[in-house]
Amino acid sequence: MMALGVIGLLVFFLYPLLANLFYSFTNYDLASPPKWIGLRNYSYLFTQDPRVGRAALNTLWFVALLVPVRIACSLGVAMLLTRRKRAAGFWRTLFYVPALVPPVASVVGFVFLFNPGTGPVNTVLRALGVKGPLWFNDPSLAKPSLLLLGVWMMGDLMVIFLAALLDVPRDQYEASALDGAGGWQRFRYVTLPNISPVLFFAAVTGVIAALQYFTEAAVASSVANGKTGIDAGPDQLLGYPDDSLLTYTQWMYVQGFSSFQLGYAAAMAVVLFVAAAAVMAVLLRRAGVFRQKEK
Amino acid sequence: MRRQPTRTPEPARAPAKTPEAAGHRKRRAREHRLRTATATTSAALTLVLTACAAGHDGPVARTAPAHLSGTIQLWHHYSDREAAVIQSVVDGFEKKYPDVHVEVHSGQQDTKITQVVASGGDVDALITNVNATLGTACKTMENLAPFMRRDGVRASDFQGIFAAATAFGGRRCSLPTTSDVYGLYYNTKLLARAGVTRPPRTLRELERAALKLTTYKPDGSIRTLGFDPLVGFQQNTSATFGGTAGVTWMKGGQSAIASSPQWRALLGWQHDFVEKIGYAKLKAFSAGLGDEWSANNAFQTGRIAMALDGEWRVAFIQDQAPHLAYGTAPFPVLDGSGQAYGGGFVSAADIGVSKRSGNKEAAWALVKYMTTDTDAAVRLANGIKNIPTLKSAADSPRLDAPKQYRTFLDAAAHPASRTSPVTEIGSMLTATMDDFWTGYQQRPQEGLDSGLKKVDTDIDNALSLRRAK
Repeated sequence: MMALGVIGLLVFFLYPLLANLFYSFTNYDLASPPKWIGLRNYSYLFTQDPRVGRAALNTLWFVALLVPVRIACSLGVAMLLTRRKRAAGFWRTLFYVPALVPPVASVVGFVFLFNPGTGPVNTVLRALGVKGPLWFNDPSLAKPSLLLLGVWMMGDLMVIFLAALLDVPRDQYEASALDGAGGWQRFRYVTLPNISPVLFFAAVTGVIAALQYFTEAAVASSVANGKTGIDAGPDQLLGYPDDSLLTYTQWMYVQGFSSFQLGYAAAMAVVLFVAAAAVMAVLLRRAGVFRQKEK
Repeated sequence: MRRQPTRTPEPARAPAKTPEAAGHRKRRAREHRLRTATATTSAALTLVLTACAAGHDGPVARTAPAHLSGTIQLWHHYSDREAAVIQSVVDGFEKKYPDVHVEVHSGQQDTKITQVVASGGDVDALITNVNATLGTACKTMENLAPFMRRDGVRASDFQGIFAAATAFGGRRCSLPTTSDVYGLYYNTKLLARAGVTRPPRTLRELERAALKLTTYKPDGSIRTLGFDPLVGFQQNTSATFGGTAGVTWMKGGQSAIASSPQWRALLGWQHDFVEKIGYAKLKAFSAGLGDEWSANNAFQTGRIAMALDGEWRVAFIQDQAPHLAYGTAPFPVLDGSGQAYGGGFVSAADIGVSKRSGNKEAAWALVKYMTTDTDAAVRLANGIKNIPTLKSAADSPRLDAPKQYRTFLDAAAHPASRTSPVTEIGSMLTATMDDFWTGYQQRPQEGLDSGLKKVDTDIDNALSLRRAK
């Protein structure tokens, strides 16, 4: 069994990792053998690629905003739900259900909901005398619109927080109340330390998912620009409007599988791997601080 | 590719007598193991990667084989109704060559087909889109020139620029099957109501007519639009607009967009047009329209009076809006560009033989049948409702060519018709220009000159990376 595990590790982890590293130093288009070009892919990535900077910034935007906002909202809703005594099951189900909807269907639904001309959101706003924005068709609002979607789909995280909150010993709340602690102090000194492992888990998985953010942005772009299907290629569909939804992984996909710049896409993957590892290292260090405090 | 230096293993020595010497030997042994592992890994990777190369052009028999047999694989991107048309043409081929069986893989994207061919998949013949993937796919496809010479197939059998457009870098790696041709669709009722007596022939005429045809709601938003000038809207791209203005994309293997006066004039015209209606109004209107490919298409529902579109729209209208009163015309040309009226942007689907095919003669027979057999080409065009590229098919009385469709048939053969160049970076060429233009149309203050120069630089950098040795 052990040998099988090692073979699996070598074939499915080590070989792809080494092969990717090797490709990143080559000019490789699938159609001809890879040619060694040293650091040329990396110099193009850092100094010449016209769209990679925008794609990286968009990705960082999702890391910096989507992850904390989703965590904050999930935690907030979970805390409210722990206090509800009547119809608690109904409310928990209501907040969890959006997480069961496939992401593609959710995005399509949201884009139609926020369609500037025919969507119900702007129709209601018009009825109230407010000129509705362009939402997914406005480069400055496309990402915040996806943020709304991310919050709507927070059920998965909310359930985990709910379980963690219900696990916090009640006697600690009672003791702190007897000591005169207010609501904020109980949250800061009782709730947070108790759920910090779950918070850490949410942060780590959230950051990894945000660094690889692809599906929701890709579907939103293709549906909002009305080019779903037939002969539109990925470089035409992804990023709309005005590259505001172009993420790093989408650009990597376009380079690798639409433009056949496999060597360059491999270099992009290496940089993403290093960046993700660096972010994880910082998060792990922060987790170490938490543990020290507990001691 | 650089090679890892290898060394002959050193002979065994007597055990070390000092801790320093022992440490030194351990280090050396570790380094040796590391070097061996690196060399082995490099060799393994090289072997694996070389196996993925595209293959070689094979020798061609002096005379065409008298009898063909075997099974060949055809991969293409058509699906549903169009895939059925391809199948019917393949059926015709199998009838002609009863001992050849064709396994058809429909609904495969061009990029996927190229990936499969390049990685050694079982593909004998493949249909791709010229402008998107030929720059890469050509390396995986057999040189058809010797087959053509032997069997008397000439480039002049095809109309317009299609024969030239389906070769790349001097290699005749494919032949054109059908083509997409772009032109102007106009709603005859709306034009008559606005007093526009004939379809516009220049872009300024188009703008004047469009402004006349545009109506507004009481809140100032657009009710009906004469023509949507935004790049990114449906088929409005730098390639399709550029095709009507005689623009220069490349010169001497380098991007020449900034030095082309036609590009500046074209962007200037579009900028003025957008300003007259307002970018925000146009964007809000465009965003509220139905999907381009559905029955809610804005031209089909009468919300847009004129549109730049391909010949396939005739079939869509026949199917989805049969009562629409409309006409078609060549797309207007840029005033003063020297571009002759009557042509337009064209793009071909092409078919070739995989270099790795185990039955190249049968695969070539299929390619020849689908591209040069008049009956097959007519059946393809009638079924898919694209424009035939074979001259004899375009002239055939059996070609189903309603009045609106004939406009595109004429435009395909017109000497002024243009396509965007095939390059190693595929659709990245036009996508780079599209990207700049979509930004420029909303932020013109960022500058046209500097923007176009950056487009040149970006394209040249991408080409340079692709050509790096």
